[in-house]
Amino acid sequence: MSYSVSDLQEIQKKAVDVRANILAMIPPGKVGHFGGSCSAADIVAALYFKHMNVYDDPHDPRRDRCIFSKGHAVLAQYACFVELGYVDRNELSKVKTLNGILQGHPDMMTPGIEAVTGSLGQGLSIAVGMSLGLRLNKSNSRVYVVLGDGEISEGQIWEAAMAASVYKLDNLCAILDKNGVQATDAIEKVFPIPDLKEKWAAFGWHVIEIDGHNIKEILEALDESKQIKGKPTIIIAHTVKGKGFGFAEGKAKYHNAALSEEEYQQALRIIEQMRKDV
Amino acid sequence: MELLNPRKAYGEALVNLGTTDENIVVLEADLGKSTMTNMFGEKFPERYFQVGIAEQNMASVAAGLALTGKTAFINSFAVFSTGRAYDQIRSSVCIPKLNVKICGSSAGFSDYGDGKTHQSVDDIALMRVLPNMMVFSPVDAVETTKIMEAISKYNGPCYIRINRNDMPVFTDPDDEYYIGKMPLIREGRDVVVFATGIMVSRAVEAAEMLEKEGVSVRVVNVSTIKPLNIEALKEYTKSVKGIVTAEEHSIYGGLGSAVCEALSNSRLPIEIIGVNDTFGRSAENYDLLLEHYHLTSEDIASRIRLVLKKDS
Repeated sequence: MSYSVSDLQEIQKKAVDVRANILAMIPPGKVGHFGGSCSAADIVAALYFKHMNVYDDPHDPRRDRCIFSKGHAVLAQYACFVELGYVDRNELSKVKTLNGILQGHPDMMTPGIEAVTGSLGQGLSIAVGMSLGLRLNKSNSRVYVVLGDGEISEGQIWEAAMAASVYKLDNLCAILDKNGVQATDAIEKVFPIPDLKEKWAAFGWHVIEIDGHNIKEILEALDESKQIKGKPTIIIAHTVKGKGFGFAEGKAKYHNAALSEEEYQQALRIIEQMRKDV
Repeated sequence: MELLNPRKAYGEALVNLGTTDENIVVLEADLGKSTMTNMFGEKFPERYFQVGIAEQNMASVAAGLALTGKTAFINSFAVFSTGRAYDQIRSSVCIPKLNVKICGSSAGFSDYGDGKTHQSVDDIALMRVLPNMMVFSPVDAVETTKIMEAISKYNGPCYIRINRNDMPVFTDPDDEYYIGKMPLIREGRDVVVFATGIMVSRAVEAAEMLEKEGVSVRVVNVSTIKPLNIEALKEYTKSVKGIVTAEEHSIYGGLGSAVCEALSNSRLPIEIIGVNDTFGRSAENYDLLLEHYHLTSEDIASRIRLVLKKDS
């Protein structure tokens, strides 16, 4: 599929909405997984507002599924759910509160959430099971699963990678949000995992590498994944943790942090600028 | 007494259930010959998923299948299907209360030769502590079939503990079964023994021995360990002078613990028979191990005598 400039602008606007909604969930002093949610913001915008089949009813059986295996970045999904009308906008300020429906990690109490994740390494396996089940059900729905680059040090990821290949799951597409920073520091310093492209290819996957903040590249890679038959696809999306907010970009400190009043005001100004720039 | 094999009953039950319900899927981690799920695999290859030796993946894949409307049975030896995949069962399966059934095959010491790495003394405790999980420990092959029918109709996580060896049959195929049923195996008035799995047969033998000494022992089969039928449990303790529990499992966290939790207000003395905070070991046969870990009818008889002494 080819995308016009206005198509892409539409999604870019949605990506600004996503980042604005993420900010709305973490007012000054409230801790949240800011960095990894922002690195996935363009990916979710492309998925939920263009690529995936989504419906007014979040349970519509025809829908495509999206699972965040890196469950801590669920703020990026919540941001989309509000725009899709699955979750009321006033829930954003109640994230991680006793009376809210937006939990700290993905939970089925939230309309739009497809699985319980957050204990890292399990989402890809769940996606494999869903893909198998949808195929048995003769459904055309596809399964998209977002992985973290820190997360893939979990051994279960590679068990699932093998299973997806053995079962030739071409209705499954993983997106690796390769932002290069895990909870405590840069991945290069904590636990480097080299040759990712070669590793996934060796596990039997079709591998695409893209700039994970380029909407056109994201959409084209997602389209390509639908054309690949007989094997699953992984899109290695090169991203920046905290993308869009200069003070936070590439810093482990903002993996799970509260913004100061000053940072928050700055972030709001950045959002305004983003809206003008699109 | 008639002997039948519960894992064979388990394998056959899967085939029968799969014949009438096409949403039943079975996952296996390279132990299909032992767990006897290979019967299902031969009949329904498209619904039988070999995941390789990867129990953690198996549990989460089952969760994904359940999320597309399937009833997913995952299978391995009890140590692996529970402990090896504990967090996957906890997070992927139990938190969202998905329709995944976990089979703990070759449970307890029933895989006598393979030793402590393959023998489960902790599986009931691990599964019982999980919110949303039901725990079953059938007494025999016939009850295994009945429990399988019941749990396949229930939409939620269940754990079923399966013995590897032939077991005496106590259950009448015509008996009605329901989740939480706590069948009376033998009537008696002095002491009640709440037993599960292979220990039911040992408790019956103990009761027969003690009858000659003038002690009357009631034996109850607790095959639904969670949710525990507390009403039935309390009813069975009426008129007795003491309570004994018996399980082929650690004394911590299993049937004995469950009974004590339920009867914490009871004034009756309670003796818990089980594996005394230790792992298993290899042996030439199953009975030798039950003897080694003090899980024989003689052991039960002596604990019944003890509980009666406590009372007086």
